[in-house]
Amino acid sequence: MAKARVKVPKKAKKGEVITIKTLIKHKMESGNRKDRKTGKKIPRHIIDRFEAKFNGKLFFASDWQGGVSGNPFCAFTHKVQESGEYEFMWHDEKGEIYTAKAKITVA
Amino acid sequence: MSKVRIEVVDRREFLIVSGGAAAALMAGFVGGAHAKIDPADENAFLQQITKGATPTEGKVKLEMPEIAENGATVPLKVSAESPMTADDYCKSITIISTKNPAAHVCTFHFTPDSGKAWASIRIRMAETQEVWAVAEMSDGSFYIGKTTVKVTIGGCGG
Repeated sequence: MAKARVKVPKKAKKGEVITIKTLIKHKMESGNRKDRKTGKKIPRHIIDRFEAKFNGKLFFASDWQGGVSGNPFCAFTHKVQESGEYEFMWHDEKGEIYTAKAKITVA
Repeated sequence: MSKVRIEVVDRREFLIVSGGAAAALMAGFVGGAHAKIDPADENAFLQQITKGATPTEGKVKLEMPEIAENGATVPLKVSAESPMTADDYCKSITIISTKNPAAHVCTFHFTPDSGKAWASIRIRMAETQEVWAVAEMSDGSFYIGKTTVKVTIGGCGG
Protein backbone atom coordinates (compact mmCIF):
# COMPACT_ATOMS: atom_id res chain seq x y z
CA MET A 1 0.00 0.00 0.00
CA ALA A 2 2.66 2.38 0.89
CA LYS A 3 5.00 3.46 -1.85
CA ALA A 4 8.30 5.07 -0.89
CA ARG A 5 10.46 7.35 -3.01
CA VAL A 6 13.95 8.49 -2.09
CA LYS A 7 16.32 10.92 -3.74
CA VAL A 8 20.00 10.39 -2.97
CA PRO A 9 22.91 11.75 -5.05
CA LYS A 10 24.77 8.96 -6.91
CA LYS A 11 28.19 10.43 -6.15
CA ALA A 12 29.75 12.57 -3.45
CA LYS A 13 33.16 13.76 -2.30
CA LYS A 14 34.58 12.42 0.95
CA GLY A 15 33.37 14.58 3.83
CA GLU A 16 30.61 16.21 1.78
CA VAL A 17 27.28 16.89 3.48
CA ILE A 18 24.53 15.71 1.14
CA THR A 19 20.76 16.25 1.30
CA ILE A 20 18.46 13.24 1.13
CA LYS A 21 14.78 13.64 0.26
CA THR A 22 12.19 10.99 1.07
CA LEU A 23 8.49 10.64 0.37
CA ILE A 24 6.04 7.85 1.19
CA LYS A 25 2.41 7.34 0.23
CA HIS A 26 0.43 7.06 3.46
CA LYS A 27 -2.80 8.67 4.63
CA MET A 28 -1.42 9.54 8.09
CA GLU A 29 -4.95 9.39 9.51
CA SER A 30 -4.66 11.67 12.55
CA GLY A 31 -7.67 10.32 14.47
CA ASN A 32 -9.24 13.80 14.54
CA ARG A 33 -11.16 13.49 11.29
CA LYS A 34 -14.83 12.47 11.20
CA ASP A 35 -16.60 10.36 8.59
CA ARG A 36 -18.99 12.76 6.80
CA LYS A 37 -21.75 10.12 6.49
CA THR A 38 -21.71 8.48 9.91
CA GLY A 39 -20.28 11.35 11.99
CA LYS A 40 -17.96 8.89 13.70
CA LYS A 41 -14.30 9.58 14.20
CA ILE A 42 -11.97 7.82 11.77
CA PRO A 43 -9.47 5.80 13.86
CA ARG A 44 -5.89 7.02 14.00
CA HIS A 45 -3.45 5.24 11.70
CA ILE A 46 -0.08 6.86 11.12
CA ILE A 47 3.59 6.13 10.50
CA ASP A 48 5.15 7.11 13.83
CA ARG A 49 8.84 6.45 13.22
CA PHE A 50 11.27 7.01 10.37
CA GLU A 51 14.87 5.79 10.41
CA ALA A 52 17.81 6.34 8.07
CA LYS A 53 20.85 4.06 8.19
CA PHE A 54 24.12 4.14 6.28
CA ASN A 55 26.05 0.84 6.04
CA GLY A 56 23.90 -0.43 8.90
CA LYS A 57 24.52 2.56 11.21
CA LEU A 58 21.62 4.79 12.24
CA PHE A 59 22.44 8.45 11.54
CA PHE A 60 19.02 10.12 11.45
CA ALA A 61 15.59 9.29 12.86
CA SER A 62 12.30 11.07 13.32
CA ASP A 63 9.24 10.47 15.52
CA TRP A 64 5.97 11.52 13.94
CA GLN A 65 2.58 12.37 15.39
CA GLY A 66 -0.81 13.15 13.85
CA GLY A 67 0.40 16.66 12.98
CA VAL A 68 2.58 15.37 10.13
CA SER A 69 0.90 15.76 6.72
CA GLY A 70 -0.44 12.87 4.67
CA ASN A 71 2.06 11.33 2.21
CA PRO A 72 4.86 12.46 4.53
CA PHE A 73 7.87 14.14 3.00
CA CYS A 74 11.07 14.31 5.00
CA ALA A 75 14.46 15.72 4.02
CA PHE A 76 17.69 15.61 6.05
CA THR A 77 21.46 15.56 5.63
CA HIS A 78 24.31 13.06 5.86
CA LYS A 79 28.07 13.56 6.00
CA VAL A 80 29.48 11.03 3.54
CA GLN A 81 32.84 9.43 4.42
CA GLU A 82 32.78 6.30 2.25
CA SER A 83 30.86 4.50 -0.47
CA GLY A 84 27.96 2.43 0.74
CA GLU A 85 24.28 1.77 0.97
CA TYR A 86 21.46 3.65 2.62
CA GLU A 87 18.48 1.94 4.16
CA PHE A 88 15.34 3.89 4.98
CA MET A 89 12.59 2.49 7.21
CA TRP A 90 9.11 3.75 7.94
CA HIS A 91 7.40 2.12 10.92
CA ASP A 92 3.63 2.03 10.80
CA GLU A 93 1.73 2.12 14.15
CA LYS A 94 0.09 -1.17 13.21
CA GLY A 95 3.47 -2.90 12.99
CA GLU A 96 4.08 -2.71 9.26
CA ILE A 97 7.51 -1.63 8.07
CA TYR A 98 8.19 -0.08 4.68
CA THR A 99 11.75 0.10 3.37
CA ALA A 100 13.75 1.70 0.58
CA LYS A 101 17.43 1.48 -0.35
CA ALA A 102 19.91 3.61 -2.28
CA LYS A 103 23.63 3.49 -3.05
CA ILE A 104 26.27 6.21 -3.10
CA THR A 105 29.82 6.24 -4.45
CA VAL A 106 32.58 8.37 -2.96
CA ALA A 107 34.87 9.57 -5.74
CA MET B 1 11.41 12.91 56.92
CA SER B 2 8.55 14.98 58.25
CA LYS B 3 9.52 17.85 55.98
CA VAL B 4 9.25 15.62 52.96
CA ARG B 5 5.79 14.46 54.00
CA ILE B 6 4.52 17.98 54.36
CA GLU B 7 5.79 18.80 50.91
CA VAL B 8 3.94 15.86 49.38
CA VAL B 9 0.67 16.84 51.05
CA ASP B 10 1.07 20.43 49.90
CA ARG B 11 1.66 19.36 46.34
CA ARG B 12 -1.44 17.17 46.30
CA GLU B 13 -3.56 19.92 47.77
CA PHE B 14 -2.23 22.23 45.14
CA LEU B 15 -3.10 19.74 42.39
CA ILE B 16 -6.62 19.31 43.72
CA VAL B 17 -7.22 23.04 44.13
CA SER B 18 -5.73 24.22 40.85
CA GLY B 19 -7.34 22.79 37.76
CA GLY B 20 -6.35 22.30 34.14
CA ALA B 21 -3.18 23.75 32.80
CA ALA B 22 -1.50 24.54 36.11
CA ALA B 23 -2.01 20.99 37.36
CA ALA B 24 -0.73 19.56 34.10
CA LEU B 25 2.31 21.81 34.28
CA MET B 26 3.06 20.75 37.86
CA ALA B 27 2.57 17.10 36.97
CA GLY B 28 5.01 17.59 34.12
CA PHE B 29 7.60 18.95 36.56
CA VAL B 30 7.04 16.50 39.37
CA GLY B 31 5.99 13.22 37.85
CA GLY B 32 8.28 13.08 34.81
CA ALA B 33 7.48 10.31 32.36
CA HIS B 34 4.70 8.84 34.51
CA ALA B 35 2.60 11.99 34.60
CA LYS B 36 -0.21 12.26 32.10
CA ILE B 37 -0.38 15.67 30.51
CA ASP B 38 -3.04 17.19 28.30
CA PRO B 39 -1.74 16.43 24.77
CA ALA B 40 -2.88 19.86 23.55
CA ASP B 41 -1.01 21.78 26.27
CA GLU B 42 2.12 23.11 24.55
CA ASN B 43 3.65 24.50 27.76
CA ALA B 44 3.26 21.22 29.66
CA PHE B 45 4.74 19.34 26.70
CA LEU B 46 7.67 21.76 26.47
CA GLN B 47 8.39 21.27 30.18
CA GLN B 48 8.27 17.51 29.69
CA ILE B 49 10.91 17.50 26.94
CA THR B 50 13.21 20.02 28.65
CA LYS B 51 12.69 18.24 32.01
CA GLY B 52 11.60 21.52 33.55
CA ALA B 53 14.41 23.70 32.16
CA THR B 54 13.61 26.93 30.34
CA PRO B 55 15.07 26.85 26.81
CA THR B 56 17.23 29.79 25.68
CA GLU B 57 15.95 31.79 22.70
CA GLY B 58 18.22 31.55 19.66
CA LYS B 59 20.45 29.10 17.77
CA VAL B 60 17.33 27.49 16.25
CA LYS B 61 16.04 28.72 12.89
CA LEU B 62 12.49 27.75 11.95
CA GLU B 63 11.48 28.57 8.38
CA MET B 64 7.79 28.46 7.45
CA PRO B 65 5.62 30.49 5.09
CA GLU B 66 4.01 33.62 6.58
CA ILE B 67 0.67 32.65 5.10
CA ALA B 68 -0.42 29.06 4.44
CA GLU B 69 -3.46 28.70 2.22
CA ASN B 70 -3.85 25.01 2.93
CA GLY B 71 -3.34 23.91 6.53
CA ALA B 72 -3.24 20.24 5.51
CA THR B 73 0.31 20.55 4.25
CA VAL B 74 2.54 23.40 5.37
CA PRO B 75 6.26 23.19 4.51
CA LEU B 76 8.68 23.50 7.41
CA LYS B 77 12.47 23.76 7.49
CA VAL B 78 14.37 23.76 10.74
CA SER B 79 18.04 24.02 11.64
CA ALA B 80 20.17 24.52 14.73
CA GLU B 81 23.62 26.10 15.00
CA SER B 82 25.96 23.33 16.04
CA PRO B 83 29.45 22.14 15.01
CA MET B 84 28.07 18.55 14.84
CA THR B 85 31.29 16.95 16.12
CA ALA B 86 31.46 13.77 18.23
CA ASP B 87 31.46 15.72 21.50
CA ASP B 88 29.43 18.78 20.55
CA TYR B 89 26.31 18.20 18.48
CA CYS B 90 22.60 18.82 18.36
CA LYS B 91 20.82 15.67 19.56
CA SER B 92 17.28 16.50 18.56
CA ILE B 93 14.82 19.14 17.42
CA THR B 94 11.15 18.87 18.44
CA ILE B 95 8.39 20.72 16.61
CA ILE B 96 5.57 22.00 18.84
CA SER B 97 2.22 23.39 17.74
CA THR B 98 0.44 25.87 20.00
CA LYS B 99 -3.09 25.45 18.55
CA ASN B 100 -3.32 21.91 17.09
CA PRO B 101 -5.25 19.13 18.91
CA ALA B 102 -1.82 17.70 19.83
CA ALA B 103 1.12 19.92 20.76
CA HIS B 104 3.74 17.36 19.67
CA VAL B 105 4.08 17.39 15.87
CA CYS B 106 7.36 15.56 15.36
CA THR B 107 10.92 15.13 16.64
CA PHE B 108 14.09 14.85 14.55
CA HIS B 109 17.01 12.90 16.02
CA PHE B 110 20.49 13.79 14.78
CA THR B 111 23.96 12.25 15.14
CA PRO B 112 27.39 13.72 14.32
CA ASP B 113 27.11 11.71 11.04
CA SER B 114 24.15 13.92 10.08
CA GLY B 115 26.69 16.63 9.21
CA LYS B 116 24.14 19.36 9.91
CA ALA B 117 21.27 19.73 12.35
CA TRP B 118 18.83 20.37 9.54
CA ALA B 119 15.54 18.79 8.47
CA SER B 120 12.53 19.56 6.34
CA ILE B 121 8.98 18.18 6.61
CA ARG B 122 5.36 19.14 5.88
CA ILE B 123 2.94 19.55 8.75
CA ARG B 124 -0.78 19.99 9.43
CA MET B 125 -2.01 23.21 11.00
CA ALA B 126 -5.50 23.56 12.47
CA GLU B 127 -5.51 27.37 12.51
CA THR B 128 -3.31 30.49 12.60
CA GLN B 129 -0.73 29.93 15.30
CA GLU B 130 2.80 30.10 16.61
CA VAL B 131 5.06 27.09 15.99
CA TRP B 132 8.02 26.29 18.24
CA ALA B 133 11.19 24.33 17.53
CA VAL B 134 13.15 23.11 20.56
CA ALA B 135 16.71 21.85 20.12
CA GLU B 136 18.48 19.63 22.62
CA MET B 137 22.29 19.85 22.51
CA SER B 138 24.69 17.08 23.53
CA ASP B 139 25.70 19.07 26.65
CA GLY B 140 22.08 18.97 27.86
CA SER B 141 21.22 22.59 27.03
CA PHE B 142 17.98 23.56 25.26
CA TYR B 143 17.33 26.27 22.67
CA ILE B 144 14.07 27.47 21.16
CA GLY B 145 13.04 29.17 17.93
CA LYS B 146 9.53 30.42 17.10
CA THR B 147 7.56 31.54 14.08
CA THR B 148 3.94 32.46 13.33
CA VAL B 149 1.95 31.13 10.37
CA LYS B 150 -1.39 32.51 9.19
CA VAL B 151 -3.59 29.62 8.08
CA THR B 152 -6.45 30.24 5.64
CA ILE B 153 -8.04 26.75 5.72
CA GLY B 154 -7.30 24.49 8.67
CA GLY B 155 -5.93 21.04 7.99
CA CYS B 156 -6.82 18.84 10.94
CA GLY B 157 -10.29 17.73 9.80
CA GLY B 158 -13.35 18.11 11.93
